[in-house]
Amino acid sequence: MHKYANPNQFLRIANPILPWCAWLAGLAIAAGLYLGLVQAPADYQQGETVRIMYVHVPSAWMALFVYTNMAIASATAIIWRHPLGFLIAKASAPIGACFTFISLATGSLWGKPMWGTWWVWDARLTSVLILFFLYIGYIALVDAFDDPTRGQRAASILALVGAVNVPIIHYSVEWWNTLHQPASVARMDGPAIHSSMLWPLLIMAIGFTALYFALMVVRLRGEIAAMKVRNVRLGQVQA
Amino acid sequence: MSAARTRLPATRKRRRLYAVLAGLTMLGVAAALVLVAFEDNIVFFYSPTGLKEKSLRPGQMVRLGGLVVEGSVKKAADGVTTIFSVTDLNQAVQIRFTGLLPDLFREGQGIVSEGTLGPDGVFTASSVLAKHDENYMPKEVADALKKSGKWKQPNATPEAGK
Repeated sequence: MHKYANPNQFLRIANPILPWCAWLAGLAIAAGLYLGLVQAPADYQQGETVRIMYVHVPSAWMALFVYTNMAIASATAIIWRHPLGFLIAKASAPIGACFTFISLATGSLWGKPMWGTWWVWDARLTSVLILFFLYIGYIALVDAFDDPTRGQRAASILALVGAVNVPIIHYSVEWWNTLHQPASVARMDGPAIHSSMLWPLLIMAIGFTALYFALMVVRLRGEIAAMKVRNVRLGQVQA
Repeated sequence: MSAARTRLPATRKRRRLYAVLAGLTMLGVAAALVLVAFEDNIVFFYSPTGLKEKSLRPGQMVRLGGLVVEGSVKKAADGVTTIFSVTDLNQAVQIRFTGLLPDLFREGQGIVSEGTLGPDGVFTASSVLAKHDENYMPKEVADALKKSGKWKQPNATPEAGK
């Protein structure tokens, strides 16, 4: 397993997968948007506003998934000092921040007509806003040092500390009274969402996941190339 | 010599692994303690039962949430004030609100209102927000469920006593 911690070995596997991920993302998102925005029925209570969900919910899932991925990658980078874990975390951060922003913005657009307000400081909304700040903080911290390895270590520790927020976000709607509704899909007694609405939602989720992997590998290639350039320059200076 | 050299990095890695695990555990405990201590500030609203148990200063702003009692919604004579009751299926509180109600406001719907509890036990709200539950279905399915009698009350009910 440690063999694939070598960035070149990793790319040898990731590069052939990348076009498949990109195609899957394009097809699933196009199909999901068509099914969700055109084919799926309007909700009995929310009417057409329910269609915001097909973008909001998958991006909120991705916000948590990408952060979990980042925290695990940072942990491996800290413990085993593999450069790959850190580079995966660094490549993931802006993608996760975008997903978090999309879920906050679409949630706000849904909240105004449904709840009657753009924003409330309930436990779910506040903890997701903190997640967004954690992403922004990671992006700012990672390049804030002259010595890149110090930035790597500081940002990896931040990513690990922020991982405490992930279960808080997930369980916030169960632990406390919130304005945000409880989970509709990930429930013990099965989804509380009709199958005609669930399918477009799951297809969108598959598309977003594939999009994340495709974007992450593209960004990872850039990060690996930048690391090689830095090492070559460092070698020239020392020579 | 060579054996010591190969063992040394392994123990360092193990030490870092334990440090990360211990750090995360302590962080988790600290976060749990903070969240439990601040529970009163984190809950977004009180249920009618919870509100009656709380000792409120006169004029203190709180949020009250519950289901709008069927048949309780009345318009006052001025035409813009609505009087209705919310319940957690245990206790009920009457709410008086002047202003525009959200589209989802209806009898049986979960709502959250912000305001003050008067000495007469009537809650004067300055804002009313609709709470949406986690059930999503097309209108035809909702109608069919209601027809067949399998319709269950939306579970936007706040847990009693919280």
